[in-house]
Amino acid sequence: MHTAPPLNPRRKPGRWPLSDTGVHDHQFDDALQQRDATSLGFWIFLSTEVMFFGGLFAAYVLYRNAYTSAFAEASRHLDIRWGTVNTGVLLLSSLCMALAVQSAQLGKQLRLLAYLAATFSLGCVFLAIKFMEYGEKFHEHLVPGFDFALPGPNATHAQLFFILYFIMTGVHALHMVVGLCLILVLMGMALADSFSPEYHTPVETIGLYWHFVDIVWVFLFPLLYLVDRTS
Amino acid sequence: MTHQAESTGRYLATFLMLMLLLVMTVAASFIHLGALNWVAAITIAILKACLIAYYFMHLRTTARLTWMAAVAGCVMLIILASLILADSWTRPWLS
Repeated sequence: MHTAPPLNPRRKPGRWPLSDTGVHDHQFDDALQQRDATSLGFWIFLSTEVMFFGGLFAAYVLYRNAYTSAFAEASRHLDIRWGTVNTGVLLLSSLCMALAVQSAQLGKQLRLLAYLAATFSLGCVFLAIKFMEYGEKFHEHLVPGFDFALPGPNATHAQLFFILYFIMTGVHALHMVVGLCLILVLMGMALADSFSPEYHTPVETIGLYWHFVDIVWVFLFPLLYLVDRTS
Repeated sequence: MTHQAESTGRYLATFLMLMLLLVMTVAASFIHLGALNWVAAITIAILKACLIAYYFMHLRTTARLTWMAAVAGCVMLIILASLILADSWTRPWLS
């Protein structure tokens, strides 16, 4: 029988997740293999997420090709300043998350908590700005189904743009909300002293998720806000 | 996967690079380039995504098997996009 050193000597028995024995689970050779497997599994989940958002992006590109002028006109109604600020906020939150993972790897509990809190706050700032942008769209009658009104011949097809805008940014915001909840869980676990340089898999995987959500926005921002600015 | 922590400096450099690319993509959108506006926006977005995946998401140090999972999603996406675009591109040929 293969015996390994405890995965986390400080972990209290019975604590979520993984085995409560303090060693790696029995189907793995060692803790390193277990971490590799977790990472691979999570990347496979992320590739399904790529497909999920990919369908929306494909629909967007298709309709943008079909109704070029309507989409260009509708796109110019988005506020490029808020879009840019939000991209910066999200990139900064990703930096904080990366540093949170680093702190967990180094076993620095206080730094981990501080960076998680920073990531959480920046995520909230992003959502607040997004919420305000949505409010502006309601105010300007640019929400399909709610008194949509756009002067000119492009009104019908501009609605398609705004439908895609709200679905794509809405689903992205939903991912952000899930991410924020997961960060709260991580902060709870960190407060309970659940992480050590030997065991910090939850921080790593949720970090991967957060960065992925960032990458989605990196594509949403130019496609929705930027292209056709000048045409 | 090696589990050595990355240096803070490398993370900061990645972040600064990302901010630089953000400024570049916004600036490029105000210059009239025609179809090149699209090319510039998408190229910069792909660059940013690669930086995030390579440094922040630790593809740099991760097991090569994980690369396969990361690339698979992108390959499927390219197949999806190219088949859909091939359809919309060639449809006018019929009429």
